[in-house]
Amino acid sequence: MPITREEVLHVAKLASLELTEDEVERLTGELSAILAAVSKVSELDLADVPPTSHPLELVNAWGEDEPRASLELDDVFANAPARERDLFKVPPTA
Amino acid sequence: MIDTLRLTAEDALGLLERKEVSGAELHRAYLDAVAERDGELHCYLRTVDGAEGDGVPIALKDVISTKGVETTAGSQILAGYVPVFDATVAARCREAGLPVIGKTNTDEFAMGSSTENSSYGPTHNPWDPERVPGGSGGGTAAAVSAGLAPWGLGSDTGGSIKQPSALCGNVGLRPTYGTVSRFGVVAFASSLDQVGPVARNVRDCARLYSIISGRDPADSTTVDVPPVELPEGESLKGIRIGVPKEMNEAEGIEPGVTAAVQRAIEVAGELGAEVGECELPRSVEYGLACYYLIAPAEASSNLARYDGVRYGLRVDADTYYEMVERTRDAGFGDEPKRRIMLGTYALSAGYYDAYYGQAQKVRTLIAREHAAAFERFDVLVSPTSPTVAFKLGEKAADPLAMYLSDLLTIPSCMAGLPGLNVPCGLSGGLPVGLQLIGPQLSENTLFRTGHALERALGFDPVPERLR
Amino acid sequence: MTAGTVPGTVPTWEPVVGLEIHVQLKTRTKMFCRCANGFGGGENTQTCPVCLGFPGALPTVNRRAIEWTIKLGLALDCEIAPQAVFARKNYFYPDLPKGYQISQYDLPSCTNGKVLVPTPDGDHEIGIVRAHLEEDAAKTTHVGGRTGRIGGADYSLVDFNRGGTPLVEIVTGPDVHSSEDARRFLQLLRQTIVELGISDAEMEKGTLRVDANVSVRPEGSSELRTRCELKNMNSFRFVAQGIDAEVARQIAVYESGGEVVQETYDFDAGSGTLTARRSKEEADDYRYFPEPDLVPVEPPAELIERLRAEVPESPARRIRRIEAELDLDRAVVLVTGGLDGLWQETVAAGADRLAAANLIANRLAGVDGSAVDPAELAKLVEARDRIPRAALDEALAKVAEPGFSAAHYLAQEAVSDAAELEPIVTRILDANPGQVAAYKGGKEGLLGFFVGQVMKETGGKANARAVSELVREKLQ
Ligand SMILES: [Mg+2]
Ligand SMILES: [Zn+2]
Repeated sequence: MPITREEVLHVAKLASLELTEDEVERLTGELSAILAAVSKVSELDLADVPPTSHPLELVNAWGEDEPRASLELDDVFANAPARERDLFKVPPTA
Repeated sequence: MIDTLRLTAEDALGLLERKEVSGAELHRAYLDAVAERDGELHCYLRTVDGAEGDGVPIALKDVISTKGVETTAGSQILAGYVPVFDATVAARCREAGLPVIGKTNTDEFAMGSSTENSSYGPTHNPWDPERVPGGSGGGTAAAVSAGLAPWGLGSDTGGSIKQPSALCGNVGLRPTYGTVSRFGVVAFASSLDQVGPVARNVRDCARLYSIISGRDPADSTTVDVPPVELPEGESLKGIRIGVPKEMNEAEGIEPGVTAAVQRAIEVAGELGAEVGECELPRSVEYGLACYYLIAPAEASSNLARYDGVRYGLRVDADTYYEMVERTRDAGFGDEPKRRIMLGTYALSAGYYDAYYGQAQKVRTLIAREHAAAFERFDVLVSPTSPTVAFKLGEKAADPLAMYLSDLLTIPSCMAGLPGLNVPCGLSGGLPVGLQLIGPQLSENTLFRTGHALERALGFDPVPERLR
Repeated sequence: MTAGTVPGTVPTWEPVVGLEIHVQLKTRTKMFCRCANGFGGGENTQTCPVCLGFPGALPTVNRRAIEWTIKLGLALDCEIAPQAVFARKNYFYPDLPKGYQISQYDLPSCTNGKVLVPTPDGDHEIGIVRAHLEEDAAKTTHVGGRTGRIGGADYSLVDFNRGGTPLVEIVTGPDVHSSEDARRFLQLLRQTIVELGISDAEMEKGTLRVDANVSVRPEGSSELRTRCELKNMNSFRFVAQGIDAEVARQIAVYESGGEVVQETYDFDAGSGTLTARRSKEEADDYRYFPEPDLVPVEPPAELIERLRAEVPESPARRIRRIEAELDLDRAVVLVTGGLDGLWQETVAAGADRLAAANLIANRLAGVDGSAVDPAELAKLVEARDRIPRAALDEALAKVAEPGFSAAHYLAQEAVSDAAELEPIVTRILDANPGQVAAYKGGKEGLLGFFVGQVMKETGGKANARAVSELVREKLQ
């Protein structure tokens, strides 16, 4: 089933993407086509098939609780767009 | 004068061991070659002056974090981002004394099959600059074929090492999931991403794999790897080769590709391999759909960290939320946006079970199908790419058509299986790649098989126009 | 007030409260990286590529955090999951460096436990729906603007030191039916956590945080009505206040014929009132999915048994035991103060049960019981009325010091000799004619005032009982 313009806008909000008008336009078409193709997976009845979230069957990969050196502040902020004192500065959250 | 066009890593190692050249001279020779030929090809996003280490120089795909060297993953959102730490694979190359020649071009966040999605401009195929080198790792593959690097590292999620190697005519390994650390590698789809070697021949490929592979405490999904054996022999006695019907007869496979692959399969038989047919019906029929649900879903989450707060691009705004939305709109190109949207949708309330959940079950089917095939065979063969290198722009307008070029590489990736591309001939003057798939941790078998075929087929990896 | 009813509410309404408790574990390092965990470091000095969410960085699970979570689960009578799985909770906020929080979700480590809360009308069972492990967010400070709070701030500043601290989230069933039960339960839970040594569990410091989901229903019915969530209550007292206020509000709404709408409220300690949060225009959709960078947790049986053996007897059980020898209130104070052990040893050393309980409960709150020598304390309990008050005060102040001996204090006798006290008493009475008149006029409460003055005069060496008798006589 094709994805609606409203759904595209809702998903863009969830993904925190400010899309331009023609991006919304184009994505509505493209996503509908791609979704139609990938919906193929629903043809299969897999009620009793377990999901695979990992190609390997690994468990209990744990690290010991021993402190290691943290980064120097120069490295922490090496790529920071905005810094105040030793803090990351961002526009207000409201 | 060093002829980087024909020099293999093993040759280079010999020169270094015999002190005929220094690491610095070798590194300089490749930088000269880049200066001479990369203007046309654009394999590199940036080169690194001054050799660190006295080993064989290497090219690194730009998704691999390199301390002190800009790493962009082909994206504007990481323009100017200089990592303060090395990816584990970069550190292992450093420890092995391999000087970095430069960072190679890639589709943005490794999302693509032609390297046209790089926000820094496409890479061109050394066999025909009007054609794509494949992708996402087109930069590394093209560099190795054009003699701009003896070997290099790529990363593969659904074919990004194997397919470019096929289109550029060299050897690329997508290793078993978990054998090479992902720590420090810009993430696309975590349960699929694997770093792997690209080289001019199978022995070089195996050598580089032995340098980068092995468990890494910093990557919980890594495992211990059996010792790597450099392939020697030319016989395939005792090797059982399976030819999956669907993967060799899928629609869209060019006749020239089929012909070259068939010839390679005959040669395998002549070398003593037992060849037989097998099936992977659902893997081929549902693999692509499965991949294009799981990979974008994981990508939508992996790319959430690009928010303009700690690094990378920031487009300022009055509130945090507007800042993040504008930064991501300006910083991501069309393909990442497409996949973020697709993945976000596939995970969102009400759709999870139908899409992501269902795809994870299909993934189980694909693994089971391959496991069944490996009860009868040691290696499965097929074309790596249905087509030879296509023209730039040819598929750029149609995402679905582009996605199809990974049709044959994707299924084994979903099952975490190793895959090796070996050049097996030309079609219309362009390289054709043979894909060898094995069970998990069967790299040594793939190397042995690939090595024997490579010797027997006698493919010349140097592009005709550069000879 | 008795459990089950709430002041200011009509008894025909029953409060239905579920609690959500977040506990910061005091592991040496963070949940998914090996940066030092805990306060102290300068801003952003306890950070690395992992907890800053740099490209390519990957999480690695802290073994001790896993073990402590299982241990807490065992202490709360939970089933320990044979397989627990970390998931990603996706949303955007400056304090969330990866754009997702790693948290156990549909397969948590601990489920289906319970705590029996001793109350005057029997044990109240509070179900533990789940206890799961997750990572804490970083600290965001909102700067400028009208109030400096989120509303109208000029900008925000982020310190990632706290980001990635191991956090256990404990979710109770809707089994709490009064603010009093909530307080009793939280006291027990806190004591359990402290005794396991896995967290300081201090609400003031934010190492223990409590949210409450509150609804009401007609007494006797079993329906669950619309609930509201209360946040930012940073003491047990405020939790109780918040619940009472919200229960009263909802009852008022229903009794005026209205409907309660789902809302989140912040508790304001200053005014003791609740303020509704602006509800976001986009409904939350966290898009949980299994964290592909981590592998499942499947604790071996030996590990679980080892941890089970390390869990001490539960505070609730100790309260019931001690209640039999004293009474519920004293038992609760002793146990939740971590002083019941000291009390038992002191009694064993010969001290009177009740006297020892009172002295410990009233005078040793906050003292580390294990540092006190019960034999010496027992001597103080025995001599409490005989020796000068000043001496007793000083002794109790020092009782937890290493090598403390009561002998020096026991040697001091309080002055009860009338001949010695009388002149002082006379002087005090003469000096305060007004109070004397008032006393004679019936304000007998002033007795304490006169006694106090005399005690002051004698530097606390007088025997208080002797003094008050003397004062009474003289004012006949
Ligand atoms: Mg939580
Ligand atoms: Zn850290």
